[in-house]
Amino acid sequence: MRDTFVKTLIELAKNDRNVELIVGDLGFGVLKPFWEQLPKQFTNAGIAEQNMTSVAAGMALEGKTVFIYSIGNFPTLRCLEQIRNDCAYHHANVKIVCVGGGFVYGPLGMSHHATEDLSILRALPDVTVLAPCDAMEAQCATRAIYQHDGTCYLRLGRGGEQRIHDRIDDFQIGKAIKIKEGEKVVFFTTGGIIDEAMEAIALLKEQGYDVALYSFPTVKPIDRAVIEQCAGQYDLIVTIEEHNIVGGFGSAVCEVLAELDGNRATILRIGLNDLYSSIVGSQKYLRDYYGMSAIKIVEKVFNALKRKAV
Amino acid sequence: MNSLELAWRIKRHGVEMTYLSGGSHIGSILSMADILAVLYEDILNFDNTNPKMDSRDRFILSKGHAGAGVYAALAEKGFFEVQALKTHYANGSKLSGHVSHKGIPGVELSTGSLGHGISVGVGMALVAKKDDKKHRVFVVMGDGECDEGSVWEAAMFANHFKLDNLVAIVDHNKMQSIDFCENTMSLAPFAEKWQAFGWQVKEIDGHNHEELKNALAVSEGKPSKPTIIIANTIKGKGISFMENNILWHYRAPQGEEYTAAVKELEAQKP
Repeated sequence: MRDTFVKTLIELAKNDRNVELIVGDLGFGVLKPFWEQLPKQFTNAGIAEQNMTSVAAGMALEGKTVFIYSIGNFPTLRCLEQIRNDCAYHHANVKIVCVGGGFVYGPLGMSHHATEDLSILRALPDVTVLAPCDAMEAQCATRAIYQHDGTCYLRLGRGGEQRIHDRIDDFQIGKAIKIKEGEKVVFFTTGGIIDEAMEAIALLKEQGYDVALYSFPTVKPIDRAVIEQCAGQYDLIVTIEEHNIVGGFGSAVCEVLAELDGNRATILRIGLNDLYSSIVGSQKYLRDYYGMSAIKIVEKVFNALKRKAV
Repeated sequence: MNSLELAWRIKRHGVEMTYLSGGSHIGSILSMADILAVLYEDILNFDNTNPKMDSRDRFILSKGHAGAGVYAALAEKGFFEVQALKTHYANGSKLSGHVSHKGIPGVELSTGSLGHGISVGVGMALVAKKDDKKHRVFVVMGDGECDEGSVWEAAMFANHFKLDNLVAIVDHNKMQSIDFCENTMSLAPFAEKWQAFGWQVKEIDGHNHEELKNALAVSEGKPSKPTIIIANTIKGKGISFMENNILWHYRAPQGEEYTAAVKELEAQKP
């Protein structure tokens, strides 16, 4: 996913000299092709994310489309006010790219666990928030935010995600993508955790459940139409995100659901249960530990279905 | 109009705007009125009928709390009606207490949270360099603002990228929100700090228009460095009971205070 982003950005930058990339002294090895091929469109701002973000705003106000790149919480929480005041309020063409959403950097400790970024960025007006699930979505999302006028946040995994899409015909910001139909239960996922959802769907299939699946590469604006349609079509909507349960993707879905009239699906949110992880481990390990692995998803879905039956 | 007349008008508007609105920061507006006046009268290249003219010099007020001063300067320079100044702070007004760009021609950047403006100015200056444009970028900061770490991030960046088209001006009135700077967070040795960060430093009397003009003019020999002008000023300049009195960081002139302030200013009219 990360490498696809870099490749796509290089293509865009080669065709548009107003595309700039600024990094916060990260991307060694990954971004080398960019700075080797396009040195005049590359800046290393050093380890200073506040300045990096405002510099990007200043450049964008002068007509550039500026991608700023860092990992984990550094390009978001460290410089949140710069994003809010200098980028978003000025409708600046700054594209904030985070590698390492969720527990990608699991062994590195809580400083590197990006588990509140979606909710915090989503709360900012005029910030578009995307979290692609695989390389194909990442490619489409990179192109889409380049085209999109204004401040965007792109949350990426690191790499090694499953290939979900062979092709995407009509990628649009704000549109969910249907992966499969099903009955009674539908999964909504955002980002790379779709891998766990797919595995859970396979396990549930063995138990006789045919679960539908949608990927939401855009968290804001959320795809209201798909949520409304699924709320009528299914009994249970399960949101799955590698992120705190408060304020993120599941909350965005709830906000739409809660305002719907009449009979509608109930909702189960799966994510990190409002805590920081003081243990470390691989992404896979931490997903399981905190109840987001395929097995844990299956357990939670069964419990929810049992409650519904009562 | 010359810069002395513009400075006087900025002060006069500032006092009236804070009086009418009950707004804060008159001390800070008065301390930088001369800096603004010289910039808008003698230094900045702009076109009030085309505020986004590509070749314009960029001006950012990073100490956004003194935004009334910028509104006054822009109104006097014909960017919008002087009458609009009376809506400062008012319900439904665009003229926010901290300077805003939305719907206000001539304002490049909305500020209000300190330590942002210089970094945005750095970004603008970097683009001018990359695209081989000749305009300059000016940023006015407060001295208390230099407590913000992001200012020094920007200082390092501007030096590293040799942004000699960037001019920062510190309105060094020696006071911040609740006390003198030196009692709050020592800045000294202030000029040496900027020198150590690789900047060309000019230290001047920030109320002397000739010194301001000389310092703000393009440096001879182009030193390949960003320039910082430490403009030594007096908070509340021009109104005796406001000068060097921390009370006037927040207090708005009321009743007899307003009358007395206007009387003092009228006596100074150039």
